[in-house]
Amino acid sequence: MTQTMVILMSGIVGFLAVAALAIALGRSGAATRIVYGASSGISLVLLAVVVARIVNGSPAISFMTLPLGLPWIGAHFRLDALATFFLIVVNLGGAGASLYGLGYGQHETAPHRVLPFYPAFLAGMNLVVLADDAFTFLLSWEFMSLMSWALVMTHHREQNNRRAGYVYLVMASFGTLALLLAFGLLSGADGHYSFEAIRAGVHAPPVAAFVLALMLLGAGSKAGIVPLHVWLPLAHPAAPSHVSALMSGVMTKVAVYGFIRVIFDLLGDPAWWASVIVLLLGGTTAVLGVLYALMQHDLKRLLAYHTVENIGIIFIGLGLALAFNANGMSVAAALALTAALFHVLNHSLFKSLLFFGAGAVLSATGERDMDKLGGLIHRMPYTSFAFLVGCVAISALPPLNGFVSEWLTFQAVLQSPELPQWSLKIIVPAVGGLLALSAALAAACFVKAFGITFLGRPRTPAAQHAQDVDPFSLAAMFTFAALCFAAGVLPGFVIDGLSPVTLSLLAERMPVQANAAWLSIVPIAESRSSYSGLLVFVFIALAASLAAYFIHRFASRALRRGPAWGCGFAEATPMAQYTAGSFAQPIRHVFATLIFCAREEVDMPAPGETRPARFIAYLRDTIWDGLYAPVAVAVSYVADRLNVLQFLTIRRYLSLVFLALVTLLLVLTIWS
Amino acid sequence: MITDFIVQGTQMLLVLLLAPLLTGFIRKVKARLLRHRGASVLQPYRDLARLMRKEVVLAENASWLFRITPYLIFAATWVATALIPTFATGLLYSSTADLIAIVALLGSARFFLALAGMDIGTSFGGIGSSREVLIASLAEPAMLLVVFTLALTAGSTQLSTIATFMASPEVGLRVSLGMALGALIIVAIAENARIPVDNPATHLELTMVHEAMVLEYSGRHLAMIEFAASLKLLLYTSLIACIFVPWGLAVAGAGPAAYVVGTITYIAKLATAGVLLAFFETATAKMRVFRVPDFLGASLMLGLLGTLLLFVSRSL
Amino acid sequence: MSRLVIDIAHMLAGSLVLISFMMLYQDRLFALINIFALHAVVLTLSVTWQAYIQHAPHLYVTAAIALVFKAIIIPVALHRIIQRLGIHRDIETAVGIGLTMLAGMALVALSIVLMLRVTSDADPIAREDLAFALSVILLGLLVMVTRRNAVSQVIGFMSLENGLVLAATGAKGMPLVVEISVAFSILIAFIVVGVFLFRIRERFDTVDVAALDEYRGERQ
Repeated sequence: MTQTMVILMSGIVGFLAVAALAIALGRSGAATRIVYGASSGISLVLLAVVVARIVNGSPAISFMTLPLGLPWIGAHFRLDALATFFLIVVNLGGAGASLYGLGYGQHETAPHRVLPFYPAFLAGMNLVVLADDAFTFLLSWEFMSLMSWALVMTHHREQNNRRAGYVYLVMASFGTLALLLAFGLLSGADGHYSFEAIRAGVHAPPVAAFVLALMLLGAGSKAGIVPLHVWLPLAHPAAPSHVSALMSGVMTKVAVYGFIRVIFDLLGDPAWWASVIVLLLGGTTAVLGVLYALMQHDLKRLLAYHTVENIGIIFIGLGLALAFNANGMSVAAALALTAALFHVLNHSLFKSLLFFGAGAVLSATGERDMDKLGGLIHRMPYTSFAFLVGCVAISALPPLNGFVSEWLTFQAVLQSPELPQWSLKIIVPAVGGLLALSAALAAACFVKAFGITFLGRPRTPAAQHAQDVDPFSLAAMFTFAALCFAAGVLPGFVIDGLSPVTLSLLAERMPVQANAAWLSIVPIAESRSSYSGLLVFVFIALAASLAAYFIHRFASRALRRGPAWGCGFAEATPMAQYTAGSFAQPIRHVFATLIFCAREEVDMPAPGETRPARFIAYLRDTIWDGLYAPVAVAVSYVADRLNVLQFLTIRRYLSLVFLALVTLLLVLTIWS
Repeated sequence: MITDFIVQGTQMLLVLLLAPLLTGFIRKVKARLLRHRGASVLQPYRDLARLMRKEVVLAENASWLFRITPYLIFAATWVATALIPTFATGLLYSSTADLIAIVALLGSARFFLALAGMDIGTSFGGIGSSREVLIASLAEPAMLLVVFTLALTAGSTQLSTIATFMASPEVGLRVSLGMALGALIIVAIAENARIPVDNPATHLELTMVHEAMVLEYSGRHLAMIEFAASLKLLLYTSLIACIFVPWGLAVAGAGPAAYVVGTITYIAKLATAGVLLAFFETATAKMRVFRVPDFLGASLMLGLLGTLLLFVSRSL
Repeated sequence: MSRLVIDIAHMLAGSLVLISFMMLYQDRLFALINIFALHAVVLTLSVTWQAYIQHAPHLYVTAAIALVFKAIIIPVALHRIIQRLGIHRDIETAVGIGLTMLAGMALVALSIVLMLRVTSDADPIAREDLAFALSVILLGLLVMVTRRNAVSQVIGFMSLENGLVLAATGAKGMPLVVEISVAFSILIAFIVVGVFLFRIRERFDTVDVAALDEYRGERQ
């Protein structure tokens, strides 16, 4: 029970205390500042403590047992390399969101519905990462879900938010059920719930297969794997923006942590075919997520669907790691796992940044719909700059961090021809192609998001009169933008920081990056490939400065403003600009005709008619219609049939109880 | 160390000098094929100088992004082009960025160009940007699959290593490489906005893709963007040359005679490629926009097939 | 067998697969017939190369037959037929081109993996040639399945035939007698099909198979 552990647990208790304080403070004006200030303080302390742990080398694993929960189990907590990394992700996100909340929270119309649950949410996420037995894990998981549900239902008067909360609750319960069954299978008949015992136990292959499937359902639905992603684009936009950032950027990563913990750590060595399922799910999720995102015109829904894509990329990395691990190629497995974990960190950084930006736009204009915005780069210069950095990072463009994790994943794909299994030989190149396709479509998506929202001319008065947001929000955005940049030009440090995690899970690590020249990163060996983010950035900066200098010396400096080219027509209204739907139309025509049954209908009035022309684009969510709607129909059918149980006579009820008792006694007789 | 630096610097300058020459050469050959005399081969240099001397006319609502984008595009394209071996492999900074990073650098340039197209808020910029991202969404995966094929054959994604491997006798005639060549040529045509994907000389807005995005640029900004476009063409030509026609490339440190031979063979390769491109452009017509995804889909399939063949059999 | 020799054999077989892909990509009947002629030319080259490396002179005759019949006579005749019939030069594909190519991709992957697994202890040149040959056969079938026009279905059938010839020459030992009879059966099939097409055209004014289905009462 080391000092670090004590500090972490007291931090969590601190969060819960702040939550209680928020209830006590009620609707007072200072409550927002106090709660967010305290949360960010505690998050920073926790962050500093775990970062110090990494910087000091890899110390031994810390444990703590508290006499809470079930009396014969207690509550076990453990801090090892994997938990350290995910604690960094959680607390970095938490600190940023709290800083942002200091400014954004002032615009909240119902702060008493947000403030008590927000620190509790942060506490829940920290608890999940630290949990070391099944009971604590599940309890913290449910607590985290419940707190985030309460935050989703903040503005419960709107019909959409109520529906979002309902779907979220159903999916979260389903996920927890799957996790419960998974842990039940892992614990075995004797009920050894602590992770130590599970790790030491031997699991028969059919059990391992079931556990994998259940974990994919449980952790996958929380992370947002297709087809279990449907709650994500409803719930994430409904919550306040800093909470959306936490849900998209951090909570999905906690789900990934759960998956890694069970599959890589507790289950021992999974069979090679597990990687086939994970790879296929990851690839489909990546492409479908970004295609969904391209069809959206609500900024926050676009960002939420895009989270689905990035989770797909993370699972592709995890699938590759599983494949390499099962075939004994540990160095390649370490590369794939590092790529996936690097993407976890990157995504939490840039997705939070983008959600902060969307929240800033929402508080400045009151609009989330991109078709009602435009020209914000002139009115909100700082926000637009930070959002641009986020867009460049998420589109995997050098020299920022998104490119580094994509590059590492591609290098992992290039290691895979050595894999002997035939199905892997076909699937891995296909998944590599899907990954490349999703990266290109992501860039398209963010050209659309930034271009329609921030560039062009304002389409409504709300956009015309927007003001830039308060310093706290800007500080949070710029901090994350700076971190994106730092992770992009100094990726070697991050990779070296991730090496304890891969060592603990796979007993192998990537080569030490600190030795490479020019701070490059070297996945396998210098001769095979290397990339230096710092040099690329320096070269681009030098080339741009050289060009600017040359232009300023030798070219004319004259500049004059004039009207835009209108092809001979008078100044067109801002409504003649491209909208979100029109920008995505070519891509919709090519990709979505099959996947979303996209159809377009144009209704042009004949010459002389005065009615307006109409353009209608039809899209169907095929997964909802194909999977969820029939299930919902079946469930309500069964519920209707079972409704008759509500209206039985007393004699019938008594006979039901009697039958149940007799059945249980029979089962006991036959089994023993 | 100093000589390495000088050689690398020479390559960076060389690509800068040769890019407008290549564009001018292609225009001249096309003109001759159409029985015109054609402008001089040095005309692009004069065009750039003329544009630099002109006044910039900015739309009233152009933002700071619109003004710095030409510099960013030029810088990213120049850095990417300078990293491709032209007359020698294994130069000082060649390990900075491998082929994937070069493709991504071009992606950055395209990202900012598409944003600049959206900046003014007219429908022309929107047309250019939305079509450009459609083409990019298919061309970039095809390019990455070509990179995979080459990397799996040569065992590395570093361009110098690939070029050296392709020049060695071990490579043989491989089906997957043939497919990679086909895919790379299609991607090069699409990315450089050449016929049949886009017409670089059109003045009709509805047929434009690249030109529509830069419609509002003038003066020195337009000069930078045109220069970047020429550099991009030089990049793709050099890429095809150094990978599929790698003979004549000097190895770093081989001495000035080898460098001179390398430069001469490089210029010869550029000239051949220019003539072939001019013939191809004169013989084909521009496709309608929604036929382009089929065309690029074909190159994506070729790249995927090449990669797949290498996964299932090392000798293919 | 030196590397270069094997590589040229694979290169020619791979080009045949590539040309089959190009057939999937075409949407004009005129171009489809030309691509089929190219298909036959590459088949000729491949068979000639196999004749050279296997030192099997009877394969030269096979190559000559392929060149004369399939690369010259049949395409010329088909061009004349479509001129006579005045068939609309657009092929209506039943499924979009993108989806067809994805299906083609999956078929090629399937056939390569299957053949390489099944023949794991055979001669390396033959294995990969068989894999490519199966791909050509499956792609020919795909052409037949995704086209509505009877002429393009005939071309699909012919390219399937080419795949069979490639497979037969790849696995050593295909006697000339068999080849002559195969050639004759092709000729007869062609005559029958040609007569059929003229008759269909006379009777129904179209060779679109959808119209035929309607007449048969299969589709309303």
